[in-house]
Amino acid sequence: MSIKTYAEINARLREGKAVVVTAEEVTTMVQEHGLAETARRVDVVTTGTFAPMCSSGVYLNFGHSAPRIKGHQITLNDVPAYGGLAAVDTYLGATALPANDPLNSNHPGEFRHGGGHVIHDLVAGKPVKLRVTGYGTDCYPRQEVETYITLDDLNEAVLFNPRNCYQNYNVAVNLGERTLYTYMGVLKPRLGNAHYSTSGQLSPLLKDPYFRTIGVGTRIFLGGGIGYVVWNGTQHCPSVREGPTEGSVFAAGGTLTVLGDLKQMSPDWLVGASILGYGATLVVGIGVPIPILDEEILRCAARSDAELYAPIVDYSVAYPQRRPEILGLVSYAELKSGTIKVNGRDVPTAPLSSYSKAREIAHLLKDWLLSGKFTLTEPVQLLPSPDAGLTGKALEIKGPKE
Amino acid sequence: MTPKKVVLRFPADVADKPIIYYLVKDFDLMVNILKANINPHKQGTMIVELSGDKFDAGLAFLQERGVNVQPLSEEIVRNEEQCISCGACTAICPSQALFIDRPSMIVQFDGEKCIVCQLCTRACPVRAMEVKF
Repeated sequence: MSIKTYAEINARLREGKAVVVTAEEVTTMVQEHGLAETARRVDVVTTGTFAPMCSSGVYLNFGHSAPRIKGHQITLNDVPAYGGLAAVDTYLGATALPANDPLNSNHPGEFRHGGGHVIHDLVAGKPVKLRVTGYGTDCYPRQEVETYITLDDLNEAVLFNPRNCYQNYNVAVNLGERTLYTYMGVLKPRLGNAHYSTSGQLSPLLKDPYFRTIGVGTRIFLGGGIGYVVWNGTQHCPSVREGPTEGSVFAAGGTLTVLGDLKQMSPDWLVGASILGYGATLVVGIGVPIPILDEEILRCAARSDAELYAPIVDYSVAYPQRRPEILGLVSYAELKSGTIKVNGRDVPTAPLSSYSKAREIAHLLKDWLLSGKFTLTEPVQLLPSPDAGLTGKALEIKGPKE
Repeated sequence: MTPKKVVLRFPADVADKPIIYYLVKDFDLMVNILKANINPHKQGTMIVELSGDKFDAGLAFLQERGVNVQPLSEEIVRNEEQCISCGACTAICPSQALFIDRPSMIVQFDGEKCIVCQLCTRACPVRAMEVKF
């Protein structure tokens, strides 16, 4: 039933004849013109998300000093980076914190400065203090370097995020008696609020839940520049279940590993963040183009907030104790309305994922596609779909021979 | 008159004086205390809503006694360039001064409604909410 190929769509993009719409726009189009007609007309649907994504970081090569040094302990603006690679290569993770950070000793800790903030400074072109110590070898005799670097000074700076773009996420609530400071924000006691963190109908992986088009090599919008999907993300266990209303779905568990040259990214779309009582992280902007190869791909890409569901999870006990129970499913339309019902009570909602910025990303990606500066890539390998039946492995605490 | 919100800053030597009592008794002002942080012999702050015909005379009295008076709207400001419009502050804000405009889903800040509780300054992941003294 294939009605279009990647090559045909790319040819139309190059000729300026392609029809590109955002995941919001396509929802209305399908409601007005039907699935078959819209599938014939639309070539690409653009998506977007802009939210804290902790499993993010950059690998850098900062060049050789004279005399040379083999980095053993490395910090950037006092935030420790990994010293277990070759001499002047390092990896800085978004959640890394300075050795002298008070952490949660005065709970809730503020985590004002971490890896995500350093990445933000780097991509903004600001000077960053690099401190390297080595133990000295015959080939790398120097034992200490302190200098200032900017993004331009680095040989390579590559954003490489092992788990981004979560397909769907918990709606976090607090059934307990005290305020909780979580990675889902500040949760007030006794169902005081409900926080969610997905862009719903704009969320990339909710729009291709069977992973029919997103795979290794998919070119994407990443941090304001061009990036690529390089693998499935860690903990990638996609599943799609029927939702509570007809035609609706509860899809969850898909993730992406993404990569791109930091030098062409923008501080507007990679922002350091401090989550009170939790830690530092990086807010990452991602947009994925979905080629409308057939009607089924469009059917998924056109699902609206009312047809996409998320699970409500208690963060006072169930989440921290890794208990599987959920308090129900709720649609993104309900979440976006500002109030949901949980255990019979009206609970105010708030997002941690910026919907307005996600919309901007979907529009930017649409503009890039229409201008011809961005064409589609056919994945060299698709990612595991829900059919693969992947499930997460839990960590058991045991001895070496158990 | 409509009530006006003001921030009162008490120097340490005034903090133990019954200033609010005089506002009510001598100036016939209606006082609604929204937030107070007063400790003996220490600098204190109070956010109050005041209304009454002798509003200006009441403020003059406060200043005479060494109490610094500022309109509340100057107190918390949003760094517009830093705000990413995520929404993490909106369910935390007790006075709905921070809210999501629908359907644009852009986070708005209404300084008039702000009671300067400062919860947003720490709940904001990108520290876009700032206290201005």
